[in-house]
Amino acid sequence: MPTIFGSAIKRREDPRLITGSATYTDDVKLPGMTYAAFLRSPYAHAKITRVDVSAARQAPGVIAVYTGNDVKDKAVPVPCAWNVPNCELKIPHHHLLACDTVRYAGDGVAMVVAETRAQARDAVDLIDVDYDPLPAEVDPEKAAQAGAPQFHADVPNNIAFKWVVAGGDAAGAFERAEVKVQLRIVQQRLLPTAMEPRAAVASYNGGSGQLTLWVTSQNPHIHRFLCSVMLKLPEHRIRVIAPEVGGGFGSKIPAYPDEAMVSLAAMDLGRPVKWTEDRSENYKVTIHGRDHIEHVEMCGTRDGRITGLRTRVYAGLGAYASTAAPGIPTILHGLVYSGAYTIPNIEGTVYGVYTSGAPVDAYRGAGRPEAAYLVERLVDTFARAAHLDPVDVRRKNFIPKDKFPYTVATGLIYDSGNYEAALDRALEKIDYKRFREEQQAGWKDGKYRGIGLVSYIEICGLGPSQVAGAVGFGGGLYDSAIVRVYPTGMVRVYIGASPHGQGEETTFAQIVAEEFGIPVETVEIVHGDTDNTPQGWGTYGSRSTAVCGSAVKVAAERVKEKAKKIAAHLLEANEADLEWKDGKFAVKGSPQSARAFGELALAANVGWNMPPGVEPGLEATAFFDPTNFVYPFGTHICLVEVDADTGKVDVQRYIAVDDCGPQINPMIVQGQIHGGVVQGLGEALQEIAIYDESGQLLTGTMMDYAVPKASQMPHIETDHTVTPSPVNPLGVKGCGEAGTIASAAAVVNAVVDALQPFGISHIDKPLTPARVWAAIQAAKASGAGNGKGAH
Amino acid sequence: MIPASFEYARAGSLREVLNALAAKDGTKLVAGGHSLIPMLKFRLAQPARLLDIAHIAELRGVSEYRRGARIGAGTTYRELMESDILRERFPLIGEVCRTIGDLQVRNRGTIGGAVAHADPASDMPAVLIVLDALINVRSKRGKRAIEARDFFQGAFTTALVEDELLTDIILPPSPRGAGSAYVSFAQAASGYAIVAAAAIVARTRKTVSHVEVALTGLGDVAHRVESTRQLVGTKAEPEVLDKVAAEAAAGIEIQGDIHAPAEYRRHLTAVAVRRALDAALARAR
Repeated sequence: MPTIFGSAIKRREDPRLITGSATYTDDVKLPGMTYAAFLRSPYAHAKITRVDVSAARQAPGVIAVYTGNDVKDKAVPVPCAWNVPNCELKIPHHHLLACDTVRYAGDGVAMVVAETRAQARDAVDLIDVDYDPLPAEVDPEKAAQAGAPQFHADVPNNIAFKWVVAGGDAAGAFERAEVKVQLRIVQQRLLPTAMEPRAAVASYNGGSGQLTLWVTSQNPHIHRFLCSVMLKLPEHRIRVIAPEVGGGFGSKIPAYPDEAMVSLAAMDLGRPVKWTEDRSENYKVTIHGRDHIEHVEMCGTRDGRITGLRTRVYAGLGAYASTAAPGIPTILHGLVYSGAYTIPNIEGTVYGVYTSGAPVDAYRGAGRPEAAYLVERLVDTFARAAHLDPVDVRRKNFIPKDKFPYTVATGLIYDSGNYEAALDRALEKIDYKRFREEQQAGWKDGKYRGIGLVSYIEICGLGPSQVAGAVGFGGGLYDSAIVRVYPTGMVRVYIGASPHGQGEETTFAQIVAEEFGIPVETVEIVHGDTDNTPQGWGTYGSRSTAVCGSAVKVAAERVKEKAKKIAAHLLEANEADLEWKDGKFAVKGSPQSARAFGELALAANVGWNMPPGVEPGLEATAFFDPTNFVYPFGTHICLVEVDADTGKVDVQRYIAVDDCGPQINPMIVQGQIHGGVVQGLGEALQEIAIYDESGQLLTGTMMDYAVPKASQMPHIETDHTVTPSPVNPLGVKGCGEAGTIASAAAVVNAVVDALQPFGISHIDKPLTPARVWAAIQAAKASGAGNGKGAH
Repeated sequence: MIPASFEYARAGSLREVLNALAAKDGTKLVAGGHSLIPMLKFRLAQPARLLDIAHIAELRGVSEYRRGARIGAGTTYRELMESDILRERFPLIGEVCRTIGDLQVRNRGTIGGAVAHADPASDMPAVLIVLDALINVRSKRGKRAIEARDFFQGAFTTALVEDELLTDIILPPSPRGAGSAYVSFAQAASGYAIVAAAAIVARTRKTVSHVEVALTGLGDVAHRVESTRQLVGTKAEPEVLDKVAAEAAAGIEIQGDIHAPAEYRRHLTAVAVRRALDAALARAR
């Protein structure tokens, strides 16, 4: 039988998705269902002085209208679940609906429940609210200064936390350094833009006291846990179902007030309640990503040895602390400041700052793209200041492949890596020397070509639960699987992870099919329903394959061990004398005696002839808790040409060499890389969420927020190296975020490289034509460049 | 994204449409709906009634008209792209249509809808201006023809009055051997022009005998570029082209927005005009 592990079989999820026969939350229809719509604050910061819902209550079809004060005592404020220690974290109350103050344009003020969705929407317009507007501030650095408007009574200067990471002696390193560079980097706000907006359907059975919540979730068990807290309902009375989920990119990790409100109404009214976000609401209210202002420095020796890195970061949290928000710019950001390099002295200070924007939380990469970006921008800037080639500087500072496991200055222990091999593989795709020659020649003719390299690492496979506890993550980070074999040999696998586009219905089936030597079609992966899946911690942080996939593998091994016992019994042989070959157990040297997996499945399930002391049935449960994170890595290369007349950046080639360990399904890995790169290119070239000074979102629709279109994207050339991880039985790492983590810096490095003749040292993303052109004009005006393009 | 409640009716005839407009009862016409329906969803428009005119045969299709062409207002972008008459006589139309929206938009969006909507960044106004188009309108009171350059008056404002229906667009024949081009610097999200230039040029032997350039995306309304007249009678030497391009934005009120500051748009205007003229000259016979 050909091996299925490592085979690029088609995704079995796709037929139902592309033929419209999948069931998303909005497809759920229940008898007697009602519809909810929210009134949301038009102001970024205001006192609510009066709310009059009387006209809305009288409107056609309206069943109920709830305000903040109506529900304040019925529910617990939305919890923040990542209490990062040692940073004096301040988490203000986030009520399900605003009671007396609104803190961003989109903050919930009231909810209408009506017989139809249109009636609910119409009635929202009839709610009369008086606001007393207050000053807003959306810039996280400005919001942290004395004199800024104050958004929460118990958070002085809006500073939610001050978190410090330090290893070695950064101050000393900078004092002694021969070469020092610094940058001010703005990591703009981004809108996650999952194709399916958020939605929730709640149904409450008054007889059994059971609440069923269908919700767009990346982690239904976390939603069950947090809804239990918010609704003051015992956890075993809550069933959370994440049916088909149309993308998340982090935005469907958090618990939002909206699903809690829908649940409260369902319990209050005794009728099911559905709410579906529209795109405008999605852009205003669903979490945003990034939003850092960073002051960063790197230092080293004249011959290119990097000796220190220092940062001061203002991380905007938005109006409230979303579920994982405090951990994103700290644990998932500051701890990876060493990148792929042996930087002995690191010091980072991160201020988490409340602003008048929508809450900011995990967005594809979550903290790590910001870290990779600042490190890789600094490496290029440092190389140029030292008059060295950026490739040589990377090579010189890589953690050598024979030093793993390697402890970096921030304290993380990298599991495995071979960074130079990935760099070499990527460089094989181009003729670097010739490119540099042509680049210089082109500069003389006003042809601005550039090359951008990024050698990234990321921290994935979150992670050991013990570490989760130590860093204040309000849950475990193990994952789980039940492998259940039916009498006919069909297999169902119930998993704690919650795939929503990652293809794990296919890859996890490949793991099991490989283990049992059975056709992949006979294995089905079940996920997303807390009533039939074991406790898990969800799909994010490129963790599902490394952690949950390993649980699947361990559970399958347990099943196989039992099958072997049964085979030995049936063959009247010693277990030690059996061998597993071609999907069968046979007595060594006696292949005609073989018992296939299907035969053993039937024997176990009917239980007619079990070995003494062995229970009937064939299933096993595994909870897999890794011993460490995994650290995928790779090198991406971007080649650009900039039209200096228009500022337009043309990405001419994009090369991605990634190492996520052994690939279960190369096609799915490639798809994940493609998707990640596209999101990173969007971030680098065109995506930005803009608020005006009063806190109004100016990019509130897809007419103004530039989600990448296929026609705007280059061909992406992918390749890989394979360096297994020692921390899980599959050796796999994770690939969902790699593309995003690498690509934004690759593009910006390339554009800055192309514009060397102008003396431009940095341009903040997104590199829209207008921004690039303005940077060129500013450089020309300041006379920074030599005009000749000397490298 | 749920519109306020409205009535919907499908018009059976042109007369029914003109009667509805004459009644001035808040009826709004819809054809492709690509501008109106988003406005309804945002509740920026809340008409009491929509009258669907997409199926009226008299409003559809491209036909031969006095060596030029007549385009029904309800003709979709896709139909424009597939028209042999337009491909032969007015290739500029197809060149522009290919850049509009995506397949679905081009299958439903209509030229008349875009022209009557008069989005300041839309493509068709500049194109119709350089092609010297006549815009035919009708009401119960009668018919009139409006020159494209007079038709577009401001952002979302045209010469159409409340009871008038845009019925068709007449394109007079272009000068013999004319070359045309459309250069658009599009905003990445919407695809609408930050600045776009439509150009048509004809030469007699080497000398420029006819030139029209119009700009869109700069401000409230599409503009005819006056500086191009300097080209007539010249051999379109690079210095003249540079001068024409540099002066193209003179006198035009340019607006900035979150995507492109006014200063950038002003600069891009010269680039767009120069590139459009270069391409049109290269195509002129």
